Amino acid sequence: MNGKILVIIDHFKGEALPASWEAVGAASELARSGGGQIAVLVLGAESKPLAEQVFQFGVQEAYYCDDPTLTDYRPSPYAAVVASVARKLSAAVLLFPTTVRGRELAALSAVELGGGVMPDVTELEVSDGKILATRPVYAGKLLARVVCEATPAVITTRVRAFKKPAADPAHGGEPVRVEAVIPEEDIRVKVAGYTRSETGVSLSDANVIISGGRGVSNNPELSPPAGMDEKQAEIWRAQQGFKMIGELAALLGAAVGASRAAVDAGYIPYEHQVGQTGKIVSPDLYIACGISGAIQHLAGMRSSKVIVAINKDPEAPIFKLARFGVVGDIYKIVPALTDEFHKRLGK
Amino acid sequence: MNIVVCVKQVPDSAAKVVVEGGRVSWGDAPLVLNPWDEYAVEAALLLQEAAGGDVTVLSVGGESAKEALKTALAMGCSQAILISDPALDAADSQAIARVLCAAIKKVGGVEAAFFGRQAIDGDMGVTGVQTAHLLGWPMLGLAARVEFENGKLRVERSFEEGRQIVECQLPAALSISKDIGEPRYPSFMGIRKASRAEIPTWDLAALGIEAPVSVVRWPEVFNPPVREVKTEMIEGGSPQEIAEKLVAKILEEKVL
Ligand SMILES: Cc1cc2nc3c(=O)[nH]c(=O)nc-3n(C[C@H](O)[C@H](O)[C@H](O)COP(=O)(O)OP(=O)(O)OC[C@H]3O[C@@H](n4cnc5c(N)ncnc54)[C@H](O)[C@@H]3O)c2cc1C
Ligand SMILES: Nc1ncnc2c1ncn2[C@@H]1O[C@H](COP(=O)(O)O)[C@@H](O)[C@H]1O
Repeated sequence: MNGKILVIIDHFKGEALPASWEAVGAASELARSGGGQIAVLVLGAESKPLAEQVFQFGVQEAYYCDDPTLTDYRPSPYAAVVASVARKLSAAVLLFPTTVRGRELAALSAVELGGGVMPDVTELEVSDGKILATRPVYAGKLLARVVCEATPAVITTRVRAFKKPAADPAHGGEPVRVEAVIPEEDIRVKVAGYTRSETGVSLSDANVIISGGRGVSNNPELSPPAGMDEKQAEIWRAQQGFKMIGELAALLGAAVGASRAAVDAGYIPYEHQVGQTGKIVSPDLYIACGISGAIQHLAGMRSSKVIVAINKDPEAPIFKLARFGVVGDIYKIVPALTDEFHKRLGK
Repeated sequence: MNIVVCVKQVPDSAAKVVVEGGRVSWGDAPLVLNPWDEYAVEAALLLQEAAGGDVTVLSVGGESAKEALKTALAMGCSQAILISDPALDAADSQAIARVLCAAIKKVGGVEAAFFGRQAIDGDMGVTGVQTAHLLGWPMLGLAARVEFENGKLRVERSFEEGRQIVECQLPAALSISKDIGEPRYPSFMGIRKASRAEIPTWDLAALGIEAPVSVVRWPEVFNPPVREVKTEMIEGGSPQEIAEKLVAKILEEKVL
């Protein structure tokens, strides 16, 4: 390949989203098979310390821009800097992690630079000097091979599809500061505030996910506090159910997921939803508790390495995808699992 | 405020989609309004209810896409326009964005353009922001809340780690996240109105543009390799016994 590979790190206040390092990993794969030097760009507040860190992953150049106009993420000033650095380096490939910011900036940079965008790819290959990307379409029901006929090829890498490269602390270097492109008075979007979510472990990056479905709400042994109407009592029951799931999750350092039925019924916030209209996840271990396995749910978790299903209905479709299945009541099985993990992991 | 919502028609999310003879097939599953675009329609209607004006719904697609437009009309949109041209058959996201940009300009007087999060066929999630860029409008992506006050939009954008509150003057483009609230069902009156609606079709000539160049090609679409999962059912006389066996099996997989 002619031209450089430019990787853009996504971070929040100096803390890189893990998928950013996977994008660097994807760049190393490309460089190994197709040649080309890797440059990394970090934008925003606290970008310099991050830019210093990237050399340990074997990249040749790093750039950062911590101009005050970039303190908070905003698409237009960010994309303008990405485009200017890409032009200066004559980058042939731009790589972003598939995050909200990554996907948005990739789309913008592609238009700005006259390239083409290939979001959320799971595999990259170089053939005849061209990049052939594989990406899931139709919620992973199919795979597509895509090529970009224009330069640069702008790619976002699916979370957990590429490996974080090995670090070698002996590699070091000095990042280069670059200037912002758009002055504040030309930026129409103003940031008025920020609220952090309290979800804890991020679903998309999680190694282990324990999910609950509509089945979390029907424990007959619980009696809700007096004075609740039927709907309140159902939600109360479901919350006890998610507490039980949460205990197992806490023990395993896992994130808590949910089906849409559980989210729509108000048992748990939407941030936890796994599936076609929720988060697409691919943890090493996915434990589905009281989830039937509707096609839209499977779309979000089918690429998990090991799937465990606990459901009282032996005909539940989730069992078809599961490595291990238990036909049983989650109120009996999940606490027993927590106890057993507790013993075996010595925690 | 005059609003445009851009929607796509896609195979139903429950469809079994496979490649047969090199072509994508979804059997007899229906084509529907892209589920993410229902949220965009909902958000646009809420804003219109608060600020007045019209909601125009646009779709680039074949003749069948009129059905998706009718769903949006039945939900309460004021008018619908189909953009259809054989030259757009293999259009990539940027080409669609150029067409939408031209169409939004032709509608005229538009102050806000709404998009879905992504279309559930190609799963790209880029067309909205690309259209915004071509229009020269700021993008307020993945809006979880939209308010309009004193001529200003105030939007909560969803990111991995939380929500950013941003403000901007019109015109602006938005994409809508599920947090906005469940989309309304078409009303009976709406369905009757939609079924009688005449939906105009614009081709590229009507938009006054040449066929935009597509640079991303899909040379091959294929069925994912079948994953051989041998399901092992764990049984036992008591929950404890089941848990012992299952935990042992999970630990053997070395995923923890
Ligand atoms: C456009 C569209 C998008 C969608 N997107 C998503 C999405 O992103 N994610 C998603 O999950 N769904 C999505 N859905 C919804 C999906 O079709 C299903 O309705 C949903 O996944 C069902 O959730 P569930 O399995 O929790 O509930 P159910 O299907 O009701 O299943 C509950 C299961 O729990 C079992 N159960 C009950 N009690 C117990 C107990 N005590 N112990 C053990 N097992 C028990 C039952 O046997 C049953 O199998 C979408 C649907 C549409 C139309
Ligand atoms: N053919 C189309 N016609 C109208 N709007 C579209 C079309 N394709 C995409 N969009 C809009 O752009 C959003 C993102 O689509 P995509 O980038 O294809 O995932 C969709 O949710 C729609 O709002």
